[in-house]
Amino acid sequence: MSTLRLEIVTPERKVYEKDVNMVVVKGIAGELGILPNHIPLVTPLKVAPVKAKIGNTNEFIAVHGGFMEVRKDKVVILAEAAELGADIDVSRARLAKERAERRLAQKQSDINAQRAEMALLRAISRLESVIDQ
Amino acid sequence: MAKGMREIKRSIKSKQNTKQITKAMEMVAAAKLRKAQEAALASRPYADKMKEVISSIASGAGGSKHPMLQTRPIKRTAYLVITSDRGLAGGYNANILRKVLLTIKENHRSPEEYAVFVIGRKGRDFFARRNITLVDEITGLSDTPKFSDIKEIAARAVKGYEDGTFDELHLAYNKFYNALTQVPTLKQLLPLGQIEAGTDKPDYEYEPSSEEVLNVLLPKYAETLVFSALLEGKASEFGARMTAMGNATKNATKMISDLTLTYNRARQAAITQEIAEIVSGANAQQ
Repeated sequence: MSTLRLEIVTPERKVYEKDVNMVVVKGIAGELGILPNHIPLVTPLKVAPVKAKIGNTNEFIAVHGGFMEVRKDKVVILAEAAELGADIDVSRARLAKERAERRLAQKQSDINAQRAEMALLRAISRLESVIDQ
Repeated sequence: MAKGMREIKRSIKSKQNTKQITKAMEMVAAAKLRKAQEAALASRPYADKMKEVISSIASGAGGSKHPMLQTRPIKRTAYLVITSDRGLAGGYNANILRKVLLTIKENHRSPEEYAVFVIGRKGRDFFARRNITLVDEITGLSDTPKFSDIKEIAARAVKGYEDGTFDELHLAYNKFYNALTQVPTLKQLLPLGQIEAGTDKPDYEYEPSSEEVLNVLLPKYAETLVFSALLEGKASEFGARMTAMGNATKNATKMISDLTLTYNRARQAAITQEIAEIVSGANAQQ
């Protein structure tokens, strides 16, 4: 089975670098599955888990926004923050989710609501990355 | 004479204490410098990749009309100054702050013509003393800052450019060459100017469109540049502190040896005088 190299880079370090068979991401225009030999593509990403398929196993990485660059045999995802599913603290993410939901329910000013919504998205993305594993 | 000797001895002791501290600070700075350099290096792939993608879009048709790439008449200039929280780093803060102040005095006649963003306590205090209002400030960063630490101030500065609050954004920081050399630098961050197209760029598809991608990417890129400058500033800070503390240790060693010499001389003189007194006393009794 042919592979492509998946790299996930944040301003602080390289989070992930592996040969995978398929990458599934959520771009701002919709969900995308990238197989080897894909046409070169650039797209911004939503806050959502990235799925990397290696053989029969799936790995999940919670990527908080950023964008993806696809080349023939290489996919580079640049994000401000990204965490491997295995590194995520589930209880913390769950707390963050509850907190964000509470804040959203309280209906504060616009900025706070926006912030809470972003936090909620991140928390959900984190949780999904773990649970799907 | 005995009193003078006691004073010298006390002075030696105090210099020895100072030397111990400066020596320790030098070694701590050296260790932190290494870490800061590594962090600066680790942040490079991110910025490089982004630049690559942006330049490939900008070199394509239609991409370069984005407001962040184009210069417009300058009515107001913003400065983002990166300083440290703590002193004892030689000329690290003084140099960069002097440079910024001079530039402001040269280019602007009224406070309406500029805006200042500051990272670091030293810079904040400096501008506060001169009654220059800061748009935003951030202090108490850790020695290995994270992108999220400065995201807010960087985003705010970039936003100000986007919505036309100011027409230029300059970045002031200490450029790191090596542990001995750091050069205060004023760099124009926005507008980004024409990004030259590199060679062998693949023809990308853009989803949803190239303008859309550029809209997301350019502000992020500008923020990334701020982060890179911050990391470089941190490396410079530790380099400067290491050098300054190294010099302080050397000076302390020299002062101690000078004082020890004076002390020994004084001790010898006291002994000689005592002998002379005893001898002359014995002579007088005969």
